[in-house]
Amino acid sequence: MGRYVIRRLLQFVPTVLGAMFVLHYLTSVAIQFTGNPVRAIFGDRTPPQSVLENLTRRLGLGDPCLEQPFNPCFSLFGKRLDAIFLHLDFGTDFNERAVTDIVAGALPHTARLTLIAILFELVVGIIVGVLAGLRNGGFWDYLVKVSTVLLIAVPVLVLGLLVRDFVNVKFGNVLRGVDGMPELISRGFFAPTWSSNHPWASLLMPGLVLGALSLATVARLTRASLLENVRADYVRTARAKGLASNRVVGVHTLRNSLIPVVTFLGTDLGALMGGAVVTEGIFSVPGIGRQVFAAIFTGETTVVIGIVTMLVLVYLIASLAVDMLYAVLDPRIRYD
Amino acid sequence: MTDVVSSGAARTSAAGTSLDHTPPSGEVTGGEPGQQPEAGLWGDARRQLIRKPMFVIPTIFVLIMTSLAVVPFLWTSKDPLACTVSGGLSRNPPSAEHWFGTSILGCDYYAQAIYGARNSLLIALVGAIGVVLIGGVIGMLAGFFGGWTDAILSRVTDIFLGLPFLLGAIVFLTVLKTRNPWTIAAALIILGWTVIARIMRGSVIAAKHLDYVQAAKALGASRSRLMFRHILPNAVAPVVVYATILLGLFVSAEATLTFLGVGLQPPSVSWGIMITQHDGYYHEDPFLLLIPVGFVVGTVLSFILIGDALRDALDPRLR
Repeated sequence: MGRYVIRRLLQFVPTVLGAMFVLHYLTSVAIQFTGNPVRAIFGDRTPPQSVLENLTRRLGLGDPCLEQPFNPCFSLFGKRLDAIFLHLDFGTDFNERAVTDIVAGALPHTARLTLIAILFELVVGIIVGVLAGLRNGGFWDYLVKVSTVLLIAVPVLVLGLLVRDFVNVKFGNVLRGVDGMPELISRGFFAPTWSSNHPWASLLMPGLVLGALSLATVARLTRASLLENVRADYVRTARAKGLASNRVVGVHTLRNSLIPVVTFLGTDLGALMGGAVVTEGIFSVPGIGRQVFAAIFTGETTVVIGIVTMLVLVYLIASLAVDMLYAVLDPRIRYD
Repeated sequence: MTDVVSSGAARTSAAGTSLDHTPPSGEVTGGEPGQQPEAGLWGDARRQLIRKPMFVIPTIFVLIMTSLAVVPFLWTSKDPLACTVSGGLSRNPPSAEHWFGTSILGCDYYAQAIYGARNSLLIALVGAIGVVLIGGVIGMLAGFFGGWTDAILSRVTDIFLGLPFLLGAIVFLTVLKTRNPWTIAAALIILGWTVIARIMRGSVIAAKHLDYVQAAKALGASRSRLMFRHILPNAVAPVVVYATILLGLFVSAEATLTFLGVGLQPPSVSWGIMITQHDGYYHEDPFLLLIPVGFVVGTVLSFILIGDALRDALDPRLR
């Protein structure tokens, strides 16, 4: 196991460096073709050349290679790697706010959102999947099949817009008109946008929207692997011993059936963290996705590279953790 | 699931064919052509699929949507960009003249929905073809050659798999500046080929060790013959299934990227633009939002159902 983990960690190095280089190259090409993004700070005023040059250099965009189209800017890439990995300096945005500060400010929102989404998809997804699996071919099974396909087919963008417009605003307005409605419900759970007064409650709906797609996947995975496992010999043995049905399903079958769900969660965690751009945008949550999104448009390349690198790391670590968990859950799997 | 198994089993016994589906498609036919149906993987799948409503209905829907994209002028005589602001209001509810009403700019909404299919489906189709070509080639090379080739190609796959899909696509599209269906499809291809590459690599590795491939190798078949004649037909099924689902996901990706401001822009016409333009009017005229949403969801749903049906039909274990 130890050797396996070390090998996997070593494989992280080229992956992270490669991802950083792709981002570095894309953002450099953007600057090479559209010019210095620092100019945007001054709006429609023309700054003195020396001021602009000083500021550009301070923001780390003074390298002459940024004026030569398609130059891969290896020296700038080296400087960026040096700053990030040797000095843990992720750079600043155009207001000289450190990227680490930006992340520290935005991460709590994204983390809460992801937590709500994951709890929702796990709890509801597994229950629904077990229900469908146990009543294979019955009404529940059919209902779950149809509703999960529908959930997968509705894009997050569409689901988010519809939920915000028709649930949080229209239905929420009705609730907000009712006398004596607790504010936690009317302006918390059904708040049209994220509100700082209810940092958890107003993230509920965005969290449900974010987790909806994965919920369908979890339910289908649980159902499929439960169906496979209830036919297994060990389950028949457990039933033959006279164990209660709840124990057979809840302890013996479910434990094995959840292995694919755990694997899926690992990849999902990374996708949720980085994929929350749309949900965060629709519900105005000031999370990680929004920060990167804004930075892409203002040309704050250090912010883009810094935050996306962190997201890649989260994704890699989550998938490694899942692979290790896999060995714990299924003793037949050995990493040597 | 059960209906698939039972109908498949009944059909198999009726046709009198064996359950052995390992030979590549088209190479093995029944003893007497014309009397006994072909027993290849794809032939069996086709006969099974045309009896399944969950495959036939979405296929018909997709064909209708395709006809909107290819020959929109057969569906409407109106120009989607001939807009008039009449009666003081640009947003008019559905009427006999304008079946879906008119948009915020006074354009005929029915014509917009019809003409919008072209960009949405073009992006999805180009994206899916590109992803299958790039991912398929990389997965095939990595799986077939193994060793160093595999190590390098797998790392490259990891790099693009680790990048968040939407954020990566946004960065790519802000670099390009020009936004048309081709550049959007390019963004989807560059960030989307990884899963296909992994699927292809896995199924090539599985097929590589099968006896018939070893036999062909022992008979001195060349590498390209092994790859294209023997391994590819047996490894391509899961790729086809995933590519079908990808077509649906790319339709929604177009809408999402457009909504985020890096996709198509007016005067182009697409379902994504229709959603983006009319999101603010759900309170007064919800139909303006719900009509394009219905087209997108219907198309995505159809592709996913087709993909599911294909997966069931192409998996010999389910028969």
